[in-house]
Amino acid sequence: MVKYTLKRVGLALLTLFLIVFLLFVLVRIMPGNPFPSERMSAEAIAAKRAEMGLDDPILIQFGRYLSNLLRGDFGKGTSLYNGAPINTVLATAISNSFRIGGLAILVGTAVGLLLGIVAALNRGKFLDHFCTVFSIIGVCVPSYVFLIFLQYFFSFKIPYFPYFFDANRFLFSSVLPSLSLSLFTMSTVARFTRNEMVEVMDSDYVRLAESKGLYGGTLVRKHVLRNALVPIVTVLAPLIVDLLTGALVVEKIYGINGIGKLMVDAITGEGVDYNYVLALGILYSALYIGIMLVVDLLYGLLDPRIRVSAKEGGS
Amino acid sequence: MNNTPYVPVKEDFQFLPDRDITTDQNFASQGYWKGVAISFFRNKRAVAGLVIVVLIMFFAIFGPMMSSYSYKDIISVTSAEGKQIVAKGIGPQISGVLQGSGQNTELFADHTFLFGTDDVGRDLWTRTWDGARISLIIAFVTIVIDMIIGMSYGLISGFFGGMVDNIMQRIVEISNSVPRLVIVSVLAIFMPKGMFLVIVALLLTEWIGMSKISRAEMLKLKEQEYVLASRTLGAGSFHIIFRQILPNTIGPIITQVMFSIPTAIFTEAFLSFVGVGIVLPECSIGSLIEAGFNNITTLPYQIMPPIIVLALLMLGFNFIGDGFREALAPKLEDM
Amino acid sequence: MANKTILEIKDLDISFRTNAGVIHAIRGVNLLLKKGETVAIVGESGSGKSVTMKAACGLLDSNAVINSGQVLYTYAEGDGPEQTVDLLKLPKKQLRKTINGNRIAMVFQDPMTSLDPTMQIGKQIMESMILYRGMSKADAWKRSVELLELVGITDAEKRMKNYPHQLSGGMRQRVVIAIALSGSPDILICDEPTTALDVTIQAKILELIKEVQDRLALSVIYITHDLGVVAKVADYVNVMYAGKIVEVGKVDEIFYEPAHPYTWGLLSAMPDLDTDDDRLYSIPGSPPNLLHEPQGDAFTPRNAFAMRIDEKEAPPLFKISDTHYAATWLLHPDAPKVELPEGLRARLERAKKEAEKYL
Repeated sequence: MVKYTLKRVGLALLTLFLIVFLLFVLVRIMPGNPFPSERMSAEAIAAKRAEMGLDDPILIQFGRYLSNLLRGDFGKGTSLYNGAPINTVLATAISNSFRIGGLAILVGTAVGLLLGIVAALNRGKFLDHFCTVFSIIGVCVPSYVFLIFLQYFFSFKIPYFPYFFDANRFLFSSVLPSLSLSLFTMSTVARFTRNEMVEVMDSDYVRLAESKGLYGGTLVRKHVLRNALVPIVTVLAPLIVDLLTGALVVEKIYGINGIGKLMVDAITGEGVDYNYVLALGILYSALYIGIMLVVDLLYGLLDPRIRVSAKEGGS
Repeated sequence: MNNTPYVPVKEDFQFLPDRDITTDQNFASQGYWKGVAISFFRNKRAVAGLVIVVLIMFFAIFGPMMSSYSYKDIISVTSAEGKQIVAKGIGPQISGVLQGSGQNTELFADHTFLFGTDDVGRDLWTRTWDGARISLIIAFVTIVIDMIIGMSYGLISGFFGGMVDNIMQRIVEISNSVPRLVIVSVLAIFMPKGMFLVIVALLLTEWIGMSKISRAEMLKLKEQEYVLASRTLGAGSFHIIFRQILPNTIGPIITQVMFSIPTAIFTEAFLSFVGVGIVLPECSIGSLIEAGFNNITTLPYQIMPPIIVLALLMLGFNFIGDGFREALAPKLEDM
Repeated sequence: MANKTILEIKDLDISFRTNAGVIHAIRGVNLLLKKGETVAIVGESGSGKSVTMKAACGLLDSNAVINSGQVLYTYAEGDGPEQTVDLLKLPKKQLRKTINGNRIAMVFQDPMTSLDPTMQIGKQIMESMILYRGMSKADAWKRSVELLELVGITDAEKRMKNYPHQLSGGMRQRVVIAIALSGSPDILICDEPTTALDVTIQAKILELIKEVQDRLALSVIYITHDLGVVAKVADYVNVMYAGKIVEVGKVDEIFYEPAHPYTWGLLSAMPDLDTDDDRLYSIPGSPPNLLHEPQGDAFTPRNAFAMRIDEKEAPPLFKISDTHYAATWLLHPDAPKVELPEGLRARLERAKKEAEKYL
């Protein structure tokens, strides 16, 4: 198991390194100018380039960037926020996005699981149909549309919730964005749970468990849930990444200073901010790879078929 | 059935005249695709999805022709005082039947704006269907290209196996670890915003799913007898991949396509909303939703048409995809 | 004790609701199991063998509808008086509590899928002992090891901690049998217990079941499509076709004096070393689609001896002897005399002589 884990971690780190390198090279060799040329003179740009070391060979630049990165320093923005250190800006953004995203994940997963389980246990009855309709709507309507409606009705028509995000009233003003973000997770999880459960409940091993006298809650807890829930981990992973990294549109609509909004600002400003694109790109990829790694290891822990063969195989 | 037992008579006990009992009446030869089509069309949801998608496509093609304005026309009339009055922010109205909300509506009483007009005086009916058309074009173009790339990639990788497969799969793994947003942002550095950017971004991400499916199919099929047979007969790799195995992977691929189209539409909508997609005065579903959102406090009706079209498209394609999947792999419950 | 009826199925009639319509899968089945005996149900896939027995255990899929019928089970609580219950009328909870596992147990067809992949096999055996029979963990463990040894698993202590995927198919089927025996049932239902296994393992599993049956005085129901299995293990044979029993009799009667053309077909389709034919016979056509209620005898379209009456009316069971019945109009007094097909008759003769040698 240890060997398996180490191998997985090593692979993930290697992938991340490759991606950082690719991103860096892509961002640096791309044609275009990182500074708003209308506002700066040619000399000023040249001076700035020299200051940032943009004229050195690319590998030297990469080495410098990497060593800074390993010390946790993303450098400075080129145009965004007047060149403030990215670390400071990112810290606020991450905290906002993670808190709102985390809330959405918790609510979405909990309600989704509950809904899916209830639907599967009442197959073909009202609750099952309700779950189906609910998850179809949740999957077909983007979360920002929900937010637009919620905002219109509960912040504008009936001004109960704040119209824009307010960091001082965090919990209160994250109700609407978290709720709308959680709907997609909720419906995906509900639909997946329901289908997995139904499949497991029709499986031979549940038949066998019934034939030896298990029924009701014991049967569901001991045999159905565990087998049905293991695969859900894989569905959850990409959803978690999406939510943690802040759904761009939701953050834009609700004026949340999160990672998503930062990304939007970085690529839609007058001059695209290379360093922010790079920093955010690395952050997104690292999160994605990290969570996939966790899922991989978790899956191994939950499913003896993988765990035991990893132990026995030893490779 | 049992209330009046049948009393057999002598003549009943004669053998039936010569019949051919060797042919199977139950499973009379029915083509594979015919069977799939039958179970697809028996599925109410799938048919509903098909109807929805066909209807939206119909309007996306003919909708703009039904109105007398183009998507970028700013509609105006000259008032009695000789001033240009623009049809800004008029709610849905049908000439002579329904009077729209807004200012100066009496001047436009003879106009029909089924979905109303936007804040600069453009007809939303035309813009909605034009937007739907752009979104659909983006979706279809990217998915067709992705299908070609992904299928070729997966089939080749699966067919040759070994080292080739290993390298190709590592590449897939790495590309799969780069979130789509990162790709978009890198692209945004050097590409002008617009439809092309959206298409390239989708091209770079959506092929992966297709390649995985076709590789899996290839691994499954290549061990089968008919492939071995044609290999022993001296068929080349190219022939085996594209003439023998490709046709058998069509089913799962079509299912994947049906699920990829909504993803593409979703992505386009979100990129355009964020501002790296379609640029004005062009429009797409996404940019229309954004415009609607910007005016939601003053013109709340404006956001509805693009949202409904988007939701219906998602619904339709998802239903069709589900229908295909079930038709290709029928379970007893779905019979 | 012998010859006492333990399980009786009466006029069982079951439909399945599907999206395509109602499938009338079981169309009036009667079956008798006596204590200590072995009954086999034979038929093609989809003839309703498994459904019949699943109904008896309350294990039907949720879209099944029981239209009519009774499953009468007779048992005695300890030394108490004998009582008979209709298993179909029993609430599910009570059925699971009182019958499943400790009265009637089932062995499923595919050992690859019938064990929970995420649970150690020891836990799976011990589960119902601890939950419903109030055993302590240590007792349950001891008993489980005994059971594993009984079903011929070496190194039983060590195997208790294994997960199903670490065992071979034959081993898993032994585990499934151990689970079935864990509640000391009266009746063991084996649903194609050897179909998914290698031929060499098949014989061993059959021997094992027979041995266990003798040792524990079990009544066994075999569901199979393999007449070879039937010949080895059964006392009585029920031949099932399209949701009905078409012929029933002692194993000798079915093998040496078959009366129904379908049974003839099944027997002819058995591979035989001594046969001169170089082609293996198979019954033409395929079983009817029970989505549409068959008119007359369901076997008519595949029956080389079909008569006019077969298209009009389903035949009743005709009595041949006290133990042997068959549902075919050929047994009607007015029917023309039909001899066994030549090839089959020769084969049965051979087989009979073969068998007499060993007596």
